[in-house]
Amino acid sequence: MFPGTNCEHDVVEAVESLGGVAELVWHGDDNLRGVDALVLPGGFAHGDALRPGAIARFSRVMAAVADMAAAGAPVVGICNGFQVLTEAHLLPGALQKNRHLSFLCQMTELVVSSDRSVLTRGIAPGRRLRVPVNHFEGNYTASPEVLRRLEDEGRVVLRYVDNPNGSANDIAGICNEAGNVVGLMPHPERASSELLGSTDGAVLLRALLEPSGAGTAGPPVAVTG
Amino acid sequence: MAVFSAVVEVRLRPGIADPQGATIERALPALGFSGVTGVRAGKSFRFAVQARDAAEARATATALCDRLLANPVIEDSLVTILTED
Repeated sequence: MFPGTNCEHDVVEAVESLGGVAELVWHGDDNLRGVDALVLPGGFAHGDALRPGAIARFSRVMAAVADMAAAGAPVVGICNGFQVLTEAHLLPGALQKNRHLSFLCQMTELVVSSDRSVLTRGIAPGRRLRVPVNHFEGNYTASPEVLRRLEDEGRVVLRYVDNPNGSANDIAGICNEAGNVVGLMPHPERASSELLGSTDGAVLLRALLEPSGAGTAGPPVAVTG
Repeated sequence: MAVFSAVVEVRLRPGIADPQGATIERALPALGFSGVTGVRAGKSFRFAVQARDAAEARATATALCDRLLANPVIEDSLVTILTED
């Protein structure tokens, strides 16, 4: 977590409800304690001063996050975590203010666009998922060359069915070349229980926790930032 | 060493959509401003830099822009070294 992160306990709850083991890692820590996967949760790291993720990128933990990403371990940024990953250049592009300058807090319908990421492996492309968004700066922007590359390489992971924020190509989530680093604006942890109105987010988190799809208990996941 | 004043303007790159500028522009006719177009919102920073000369102050300010103040994916920056105290 960074100062201002506010979704970490929701992610822990969701991961543990799926049989995973989660622990929280502070942003000033440079030791990720041998965890198998990382989630950078949502919130307002460092108050979103300057730009979302711009200051968080320089936190001590980010060197270890970059090492894990380079080693091929799953690293997932949700909402503000996605913004941090783009600022840290672990994912391409940037997240701008929403079209019409609206803060959005609503359920969205997503379509799985690629199964080559750690968050969508084993999920058939075309499957629709209901997962809420909650952001002011989720309008995905990248150069035409980067967009073309993301499309050609199957790295657009999730798209909005009804684009709420102006994102290029209706992009809700993308991954890196290897598929192990994923960023998405919707909050799967907020759609992980019937009580929350949707369990579709659990579909994504389960893919993260159970690489084989064999239904085994998930690996430890650190929730950091 | 001397102290230089730096003024940095961070602007969205040409062609990058600017929802803030567009919203301001749409509001202008209601305020009686007609014929104002091309509104782009940006950020401005002022800070003091210790350096041997203006060129070094500019190099420091430019590096600071590239690493932190601007996101080069969507923004560029204009550095002005103002005065020598």
